[in-house]
Amino acid sequence: MSAKKKQFVYGKNLDNALLAVYNAYVFFIRFFREVFRGRMEFQEIVRQCYAIGNRSLLLISLTGFITGMVFTKQSRPSLSEFGATSWLPSLVAIAIVRALAPLVTALISAGKIGSSIGAELGSMRVTEQIDAMEVSAVNPFKFLVVTRVLACTIAIPVLMFYCALVSLLGAFLNVTLNEGTSFIAFFENAFEQITFLDIWTSVAKAIAYGFTIGIVGSYQGYNASKGTEGVGKAANSAVVTSMFLIFIEEVIIVQVSNYFRI
Amino acid sequence: MEEDFKPGEPVIEVRDLYKSFGDLHVLQGVDLTVNKGENMVVLGRSGTGKSVLIKIMVGLLKQDRGDCIVLGKEVSRLEGNDLRDLRLKIGFSFQNSALYDSMTVRENLEFPLVRNIPNLTRAEIDEQVEYVLDAVGLLQTINQVPAELSGGQRKRIGIARTLILKPEIMLYDEPTAGLDPITCLEINELINEVKEKYQTTSIIITHDLTCARETGDRIAMLLDGKFLKTGTFEEVFDTDEERIKSFYDYNFIQ
Repeated sequence: MSAKKKQFVYGKNLDNALLAVYNAYVFFIRFFREVFRGRMEFQEIVRQCYAIGNRSLLLISLTGFITGMVFTKQSRPSLSEFGATSWLPSLVAIAIVRALAPLVTALISAGKIGSSIGAELGSMRVTEQIDAMEVSAVNPFKFLVVTRVLACTIAIPVLMFYCALVSLLGAFLNVTLNEGTSFIAFFENAFEQITFLDIWTSVAKAIAYGFTIGIVGSYQGYNASKGTEGVGKAANSAVVTSMFLIFIEEVIIVQVSNYFRI
Repeated sequence: MEEDFKPGEPVIEVRDLYKSFGDLHVLQGVDLTVNKGENMVVLGRSGTGKSVLIKIMVGLLKQDRGDCIVLGKEVSRLEGNDLRDLRLKIGFSFQNSALYDSMTVRENLEFPLVRNIPNLTRAEIDEQVEYVLDAVGLLQTINQVPAELSGGQRKRIGIARTLILKPEIMLYDEPTAGLDPITCLEINELINEVKEKYQTTSIIITHDLTCARETGDRIAMLLDGKFLKTGTFEEVFDTDEERIKSFYDYNFIQ
């Protein structure tokens, strides 16, 4: 019997790309269906939130602190040219709250949490642990995917606030060492220019980034195949795809928030 | 309404089943009947579609053509709660055990139990977990994680995890693969004990002739996507069919 040749509609690559988009869409829709179906795995969500915080706290502390300090140090020469070093706390606070804290948190989480979700679920897929859940009449999507996506959506905004706080402390250290500004004066000055819109925009960003990291990591891991190679690929794709989507979301959310700012 | 099957009545019926993966035609018109209370061994070389067949029976894969009727229901047509109800009656022991790495043995066993039988008290959960662990002879491993267990222990825990839901049908995927001969014998004994104690109907997928002889009431020889011969061990191997003879000759029987 002759082997049947596979037929493509638009060519192999475009067909595969369209199929990947369709599969991602189905996965995305399934998430929202499953969230409201059956009993919620609260214990697992709390466990995942703890794991997310535990995994990234040290890295976010270090990165946040250094970001705040370095940004302040690099902004000083430009401001001092105009004799405006007193504006340094406000400038740094605006930069941290509006852009740096959400982005730093998201990028670190994409690397640390996204890859770990991709690898964990990928490994469960290739060792048939997900199939084992399915045949024992447990919904693996609800237990593995819904819990991780919700945990990321909850934990990453919290980490973002923490990152903002640590970055401001880094900035304060630099300012107090150079200008001798007091703690209270620094923070009064810093928050003078921060509006509710800034804070809500950052929270919206962090929620969107958290959801993206969770769903992309879960999608890549849940659909992993081809053994250990597939696990590595799932972890890698989870990071690359989430970072790409995070930057696209950043542009969109900034555009929308600027519309309200005007 | 639930069908009640009497001993000797068919609980699994596979008719003219086809399954392909791309150009690879794995099952090409498979027919099989398994009666209540019997251990049916599906024997064949690696890659002949034995595991695919039992994965179709639990709805992990869908056939391209043909019927797969388990406990009176066509599996490919079941969805949602109907599929869940059927799966509750089937235990599936995976080739590599598929234990959840991040959980202890106790948590592995509790996992399907608490999610399928809600409202159990802590004492009832503990009692059931300890009972099945005792049945597979591994009560002492209750607080260990899978990484600390040997291959044979993992297989036993995998079987215990399926037994905790008291299945009517057990599907064993290569239960003795990768184990030493002594552990293989222990697993064979366990399969027979499970049949006696839990009154299960079983399909045992294997390429191990010792396992087939020790555990099977009947044997079905799968070659080139079809069952070549079905019968008792003696009936299947008392043949002039060259492919069956060569399969027998290459296997070591104790």
